Amino acid sequence: MAKRFNLNVNGRAHAVTADPEMPLLYALRDDLGMHEPRFGCGLAQCGACTVLLDGNPARSCSVPVSAVGAAKVTTLAGIGSAQKPHKVQAAFIEEQVPQCGYCLNGWVMTSVALLEKNPHPSDEQIRDALTGLKCRCGTHLSIIRAVKRAAQA
Amino acid sequence: MSLQMNRRDFLAGSGTLVVSVMLPGLSAHAATPGTQASRMALKPDQLSSYISVNRDGSVTGWVGKVDMAQGTEIGWIKIIAEELDMPPERVRMVQGNTEETVDQGGASGSTGIWRGGHALRNAAAEARLTLMEMGAAKLGVPIDQLEVNDGVISQRGKPGRKVSYGELIGGRQFDVQLEWNKEYGNDLLVKGRAKPKSPSEYKQIGKPGTRRRDVAEKLYGTATVMADIKVPGMLHGRVLRPPVAGAVPVSVDNTSVKDIPGVRVVWQKNFIGLVAPKQWDAIRAARQLKVVWSAATPPFPEQQDLYKHIAGAKVMKRDEEVNSGDVDAAFAAAARVVEYSYAWPFHSHASLSPACGIADMRADSATVWTGGQKPHHCREGIAIMFNLPEDKVKVIYTPGPGSYGRNDSGDATMDAAVLSKAVGEPVRVQGMRHDGTGWDPKSPASIHRSRAAIDKDGKVLAWHFETKGFSRREFFRDEGSPERTLAGQLMDWPLKPVWLLGVPGESYSFARRKTSDTIGPLLDRASPLRSSHFRDPGGPQIHFASESFMDELALATNTDAVEFRLRYLKEPRDLEVVRTVAEKASWQSHVGARKQMRGEVHTGQGLAYAVRGATRVAVIAEVEVNPKTYRVWVRRYVIAHDCGQVIAPDLLRQTIEAQVVQTTSRAVFEEVKFDQRNVTSVDWLSYPILDIKDAPEAIDITLIDRPEMPPAGAGEATCRVVAAAVANAIFDATAVRLRQVPFTPERLKAAWV
Ligand code: FES
Ligand code: FES
Repeated sequence: MAKRFNLNVNGRAHAVTADPEMPLLYALRDDLGMHEPRFGCGLAQCGACTVLLDGNPARSCSVPVSAVGAAKVTTLAGIGSAQKPHKVQAAFIEEQVPQCGYCLNGWVMTSVALLEKNPHPSDEQIRDALTGLKCRCGTHLSIIRAVKRAAQA
Repeated sequence: MSLQMNRRDFLAGSGTLVVSVMLPGLSAHAATPGTQASRMALKPDQLSSYISVNRDGSVTGWVGKVDMAQGTEIGWIKIIAEELDMPPERVRMVQGNTEETVDQGGASGSTGIWRGGHALRNAAAEARLTLMEMGAAKLGVPIDQLEVNDGVISQRGKPGRKVSYGELIGGRQFDVQLEWNKEYGNDLLVKGRAKPKSPSEYKQIGKPGTRRRDVAEKLYGTATVMADIKVPGMLHGRVLRPPVAGAVPVSVDNTSVKDIPGVRVVWQKNFIGLVAPKQWDAIRAARQLKVVWSAATPPFPEQQDLYKHIAGAKVMKRDEEVNSGDVDAAFAAAARVVEYSYAWPFHSHASLSPACGIADMRADSATVWTGGQKPHHCREGIAIMFNLPEDKVKVIYTPGPGSYGRNDSGDATMDAAVLSKAVGEPVRVQGMRHDGTGWDPKSPASIHRSRAAIDKDGKVLAWHFETKGFSRREFFRDEGSPERTLAGQLMDWPLKPVWLLGVPGESYSFARRKTSDTIGPLLDRASPLRSSHFRDPGGPQIHFASESFMDELALATNTDAVEFRLRYLKEPRDLEVVRTVAEKASWQSHVGARKQMRGEVHTGQGLAYAVRGATRVAVIAEVEVNPKTYRVWVRRYVIAHDCGQVIAPDLLRQTIEAQVVQTTSRAVFEEVKFDQRNVTSVDWLSYPILDIKDAPEAIDITLIDRPEMPPAGAGEATCRVVAAAVANAIFDATAVRLRQVPFTPERLKAAWV
């Protein structure tokens, strides 16, 4: 049965009432009305729903809302804004990366986490870190260019 | 919700009636804002249907096409800004909404710039001429003494004597008639009295640097796309699909979901779905609902028998193209005949998100939100299905996930409409991954036999190319009629299949006969293998075979592959793309497989060339093949691309780059798997696509700009050369000739020599 859960999203406290099994993605999109994490597969296979949980990329389609606990949830809109862009956002804009952009959360959030751990990754390290994410529109080359640009910023 | 101001608000907000431009020869005209809202008033032969000037002097372009996020919008903006001498930042576009734009066919056949841009260019030129005439009257200066800078008309040499577009007509509508060719859709064209600028006058066209409008908001998470739309009172819907394709519901146990709040089951004919107030509850209910399905006979052959099935299947329609040469005589006189066969599997559109559609069906009207690429056709389909006049159906376009022809969007909107009509509330439908990959329209599987007659000197006398496969339009290319959607098919609408696959583009100068035999579907109604358009429909299949064969012919006639093309192509633009790509890739003339090694891996280069409409493209793929793992990696592509006039070079490059990556995915990795019961490719594990580890290191593109020519399509042409170039490169690297897509390690291993 539905229960109440407290969530810390982008530094703000929220409460949602939901089935404990409901994935975090639906709490963010449907209950909190956020646009940025997207539904792509619901199977942890594509990354469209990626958020950071305490700084680590997590696929919110496959994290039950009851498992989030006190972890800090950061979404794409939480890493930066038009006024104060994160360097990865700025680099993706500079390279004009997305086509439809339905895949973007995975690439951006995983790149943010990569650059935290490894500020100057090689091409191969970038590919290794981003492997498994999907983009149907074929923007992969511009993604790699953007991550390299962000690393130089 | 979309930030787009709708046309009604635009007019209402102007605080004026629509007022005519008072010019000699133009009738005075006043209309109430409301009359602009319906299609009847939105006239294709009115300038105001395409261009308007806002009160602040900025310009809005209205287009009945949509940008599938490849920057077409910027192309339109540049075209309009160029003609009007406006900064592009002060031009915005409204795309696709049925109440605000004329039916120009949506995104279709790479015609966004070629056709849509053509109409807008003529309209913008007419708007400029009209504004100049108004400016001349206002300033009392002859028109030939006027100039325009950034939307301000002034007397040459006297910049103080000026009037802006905004002052002349801002907030009011042009009342200027255009000559319209009486066509809708892609074929619509208009022109006015004005002649558009000549390329030598261009300040913006062909120059790089214009930023897309949709990119930054996507990065900041502030964009609203189709999946984000929320309508007050909206319920969440899901549609149930059978375990065996073709099975229909026999009984439904509604009590099986009674523990989930607010679920309502909708069962109409063979359509079965449900709604719930919360999306998660709709998802759970769709999993939990007990449906007994009919015992349908499994409709499909075993996967390994697919090509045998195609070979033996009844031909529904033959298309034939013979050029002037006498093909039969050439084969009769041949010293040698070379013949090979090729095969291409079904591919899934597999848009990144399963399609989302929202419908709010009322007793005598409907509002539908679609992310699909053909909103006007969506309106037609809904109107017919629910017996509504077209002008009572309003379709609002908001961008969906990348769609390249016919993805599952049209099905989602129709599903939403059926559910909304049944429950009397607005309904949003978005399927799960298995609904997307498993049940979306597929690009057709096909087989190809290619033969050539060669004389004793190794000259090619004639070519006979045969294609046989499923239709690329089995249920048409859009959702403009109910039977073209899954819901319509499940609700017994009579089917109207279209039999069409296609033949290679005209290129080579030898005598040739090209036939295309279209076969019927494996299951004629509500099939997960129903086939439709997927980026350059039929092109990748056909040109994989024809351009692989050209390399095989080059080998058979002891000729270098570049030299072979140069020998048999005649048109200067064809020759130029081939020469350019060879030079840029430092092509070394050779015959046959070189089997070069770099460290542990084999390396090779392969060429392919094709024409698509008025666009020419040649590509050289450089591959690495690992002899231990049999992995194929296309490390680099070199491309020469000629699509006539280039509007926005940087965006064009990105469009080409992304289509090359997408088609590499299709050629190397993708194949829809199925068993006798159903499609078994239902997610990203069972339908793998290219991973970033397999992305090329570089795609080097040379654009051959022809400012004196009209711009042709560029969103698809390069799709048709990728697979053959890769196959030809694999051959150069390994001496293994792959004649079947995808080029998986298993296939390469089996063929290894
Ligand atoms: S939606 Fe979560 S990984 Fe695909
Ligand atoms: S940009 Fe469309 S899926 Fe990546």
